[in-house]
Amino acid sequence: MQIYLPIAEVSVNAFLLLGLGGIVGILSGMFGVGGGFLMTPLLFFIGIPPAVAVATEANQIVASSFSGVLAHFKRKTVDFRMGTVLLVGGLIGAALGVVVFNYLKSLGQVDLLVKLCYVVFLGVVGGLMFIESLNAIRRTNAPAGTAPRKRKNHTWIHALPFKMKFRVSGLYISVIPPVIVGVVVGILAAIMGVGGGFIMVPAMIYLLGMPTKVVVGTSLFQIIFVTAFTTMLHATTNYTVDMMLAVLLLVGGVIGAQIGTRIGAKMKAEQLRILLALMVLGVCSKLALDLLLTPSELYSIGLGGH
Amino acid sequence: MLRAFLIALLLATPAAAQNLVLGLSESEVAITTTFDGSDILVFGAIKHESAVTQEAKLDLIVTVKGPDQATTVYRKDRRFGIWVNAATVEVDAAPSFYAIETTRPIADILGEEADRYYEITLPRVIKPSAEGHGDNDVALFTEALMRIRQDANKYQLREWDAALIDNTLFRTDVELPANLVEGAYEVSVFLLKDKKVISTYSTVLDVRKAGLERWMYNLSRQQPFYYGILSLIIAISAGWGASAIFRVFQR
Repeated sequence: MQIYLPIAEVSVNAFLLLGLGGIVGILSGMFGVGGGFLMTPLLFFIGIPPAVAVATEANQIVASSFSGVLAHFKRKTVDFRMGTVLLVGGLIGAALGVVVFNYLKSLGQVDLLVKLCYVVFLGVVGGLMFIESLNAIRRTNAPAGTAPRKRKNHTWIHALPFKMKFRVSGLYISVIPPVIVGVVVGILAAIMGVGGGFIMVPAMIYLLGMPTKVVVGTSLFQIIFVTAFTTMLHATTNYTVDMMLAVLLLVGGVIGAQIGTRIGAKMKAEQLRILLALMVLGVCSKLALDLLLTPSELYSIGLGGH
Repeated sequence: MLRAFLIALLLATPAAAQNLVLGLSESEVAITTTFDGSDILVFGAIKHESAVTQEAKLDLIVTVKGPDQATTVYRKDRRFGIWVNAATVEVDAAPSFYAIETTRPIADILGEEADRYYEITLPRVIKPSAEGHGDNDVALFTEALMRIRQDANKYQLREWDAALIDNTLFRTDVELPANLVEGAYEVSVFLLKDKKVISTYSTVLDVRKAGLERWMYNLSRQQPFYYGILSLIIAISAGWGASAIFRVFQR
């Protein structure tokens, strides 16, 4: 069944969109990630204009993160104070990101910017995750004796000013690093149409030293507000949020996520992580090849003059 | 504008011994949610005022032209090992859709002069900006524009597709693709003899978003703030609703 998307102004198969939403939903449920980094490139591949894909995906992430954060509220695994500090950075970052996005759009380089960001971030994160999970598997196979990783080690981060107490996380650190993490994630949300959990979660654990149990809930809390803000910015400056597209994707997505969570619960953490790493690297190399290989059509068309 | 003026001029000239009448199977195309392209039948008749022209070899060209858009054509080039948009050419006006249907190959029935005058073929219709191209070869860019849109079925050239019966009745089918831009589509008929246009007629086909599509599009442009808020409300309620439904099933 073909369906005409009013903002993207393209006609696509509704079942294809529901299916894509479902598959990405299953994966995001399995791995506990937002799935934006998979969905946005897939939307490029099926012919949705990149600007519409990025803006609409931000809207969809609000939906997929909301049910997640409710569960974390109940379990009291959200550090509101830390979440708010990250959020302040996130809102600044999102605003910056939209300004950069709109500027490059006027230059006709927005596709390149989005794709380059994907290649760099997916490459780095996928690579690190792959090595880390390989090591983890090797460790579990090797006889015991390796010391557990020491957390809360004192680093340069503890020398920074503007210290604040984060009771839920059990931290007393400067607000500068979390604000910077928030800004980076906000920029990525606006440019790449992702929640940014794949950057924020490792940063919260390794850089800020937050306990693992509050990391996911707190990042979801920040992501909802930053992606909601990004959606509003894109909707009011670019008019690129396609409600019809978002609804189709999120219907498939929320159902898929519930199924994925059940599958994920039955698998080992290391196996999950290595699968996720391979998938991230797969998307990354597809996008990298598009940039590196000689394209079959050198020309492309953009609407509007300068 | 120019074309409309010329048509008016031509109709007023006594030399035009033929009158054209033209009809469309639909006067309006509504883009609804399930819009999947549309076929428009263009039909009409030629009224002859002398017996001589009835004997002559007449040909017909039907064009359907979507709204003009300012367009930018980019060319990729390799910079630092990756392919980036390196060169651009601005096109002041390129139709979002253009179909040409003819009774015989267009080169055999349309003269150079007539084409320049009435702007019928694509290279005449597409108008690159006069300046600001640097060293770029503008012709290569407009060719690329035509090639890409032809592949997407947005520019069509169907020779032999228009039927002219007894030099009097004509009909042709125009296939509008699903990815239509809304606006006024100009349907024109050109009657040709000896590579010259001897009569012409134009009418307008309205292509409009309708129903839910219309409502969403208008809201997104006129009330972007409320549109954004509504998108968020839908997203949040869908996210919350789905997890609530699944909890019920689990019990």
